[in-house]
Amino acid sequence: MDNKLGKNLAQMLKGGVIMDVVNAEHAKIAETAGAVAVMALERVPSDIRVAGGVARMSDPTKIKEIQKTVTIPVMAKCRIGHFVEAQVLESLEVDFVDESEVLTPADEEFHIDKTKFKGPFVCGCRDLGEALRRIAEGAAMIRTKGEAGTGNIVEAVKHIRAVNRGIDELKILLLQKLFKKMKEKAKEYRVSYNLVLQTAKLGRLPVVNFAAGGIATPADAALCMQLGVDGVFVGSGIFKSSDPAKRARAIVDATAHFNDSGKIAKASENLGEAMKGQEIATLETKMAARGI
Amino acid sequence: MKSRKIGVLAFHGDVIEHIEVTQRAAKNLHIDIEVVSVRTKESLQNLDALIIPGGESTTLHKLCEREGMWEKMKKIKNIFGTCAGAIMLAKVIHHKTLGQKTLELMDIEIDRNAYGRQTESFDKDVKTSLGNIHAVFIRAPRIKRVGKEVKILARNEGETIACEQKIGNYYYLAACFHPELSSTLFHEYFIKKVYQM
Repeated sequence: MDNKLGKNLAQMLKGGVIMDVVNAEHAKIAETAGAVAVMALERVPSDIRVAGGVARMSDPTKIKEIQKTVTIPVMAKCRIGHFVEAQVLESLEVDFVDESEVLTPADEEFHIDKTKFKGPFVCGCRDLGEALRRIAEGAAMIRTKGEAGTGNIVEAVKHIRAVNRGIDELKILLLQKLFKKMKEKAKEYRVSYNLVLQTAKLGRLPVVNFAAGGIATPADAALCMQLGVDGVFVGSGIFKSSDPAKRARAIVDATAHFNDSGKIAKASENLGEAMKGQEIATLETKMAARGI
Repeated sequence: MKSRKIGVLAFHGDVIEHIEVTQRAAKNLHIDIEVVSVRTKESLQNLDALIIPGGESTTLHKLCEREGMWEKMKKIKNIFGTCAGAIMLAKVIHHKTLGQKTLELMDIEIDRNAYGRQTESFDKDVKTSLGNIHAVFIRAPRIKRVGKEVKILARNEGETIACEQKIGNYYYLAACFHPELSSTLFHEYFIKKVYQM
């Protein structure tokens, strides 16, 4: 089943900020700041990196506690390919399930067949091929992966640009009526020709696309928006900074006014310490390489 | 002649969808309307009408207040709100978050997320006094009460899902669903009201 209603919900989130939260107190801070949704998880990605071991779906009590606290949509993460975690999250009535590389993958071969669920899924991608494969599996929303828990925007930028480049290529093929080449692209991406054609005609992904993984400042969020994404996920960037409430609000303001440098400057004033951040080259685990 | 101008509140939500459907509606009606994105107090100036899109009403309220445009919005002559936009128009809301405010312009009482979470979202064909439309309800609000001066335009299972109110020179139109996702029907109707066609 095509999750049309899930795609519609994603449309309503555009221009907004979705924040990772681990408890009700964080969720309240996120809602007060103006988040359009929260992502419930056990630990923020930077803590997952520190803790090591296997990262799994949250305890349902935590999710329920967060659902009781806020009125905005509540999303939650399950492991890649772990369709039972997804079933559990659906039974908890989360508004969106994030089949996420931030958790330890449960299946190295298959993602979840998302067409079997009533509730919608969001999935990560590093390029257009990954995005289209996830959409073909039934994802109602896409986010570029970036590198979660690093506070480093470089991978997010790389992935946004890769998706944009892929779409530009398709647009040119369509313009030049090179349909055979488009069929080759479909084969390369391992998706149907129809999906490739649809993307080429739309000139964008056929579902809403947010940025994620490494956003730590208001300017980072606005950078992603100016590169063309529909909204942003912020994980460790808020609650690993020195003043989460203030930073959360600043990121919301900068995302809403992403083309207004004066407003981004104002939002960036006196936020205290941003999360420390990490060089990508020094990472032990590259989460973005999971589930491609 | 002064040019026609309709704004869409553009902080967040299905803004592009409203802009595109308003442009299409204007084309169908053969009139020129400039449709603009509204993100600042200044861009509220000289608007004939404002459209408030679907999204999160809490977020929309906060961003409007931070921008200092709240009082100015109340003075706009014609406003059309869908879903979160309808919440923004209501005099009274249930299940609001702490400190959440609305423009309090229409005499309706509305309950946020009243159908439940996303798994309860639905779509169906409904009859309205403007014509038939495929109505998409996404974590939709429910209108619990309408005042005597409010005219009901559509019902679903006995409950009001779209309505309008004229107060002197001011005109407001509200829908719990998202007409912008399926047709130009409501936008054409709104444009006709705004420009008295």
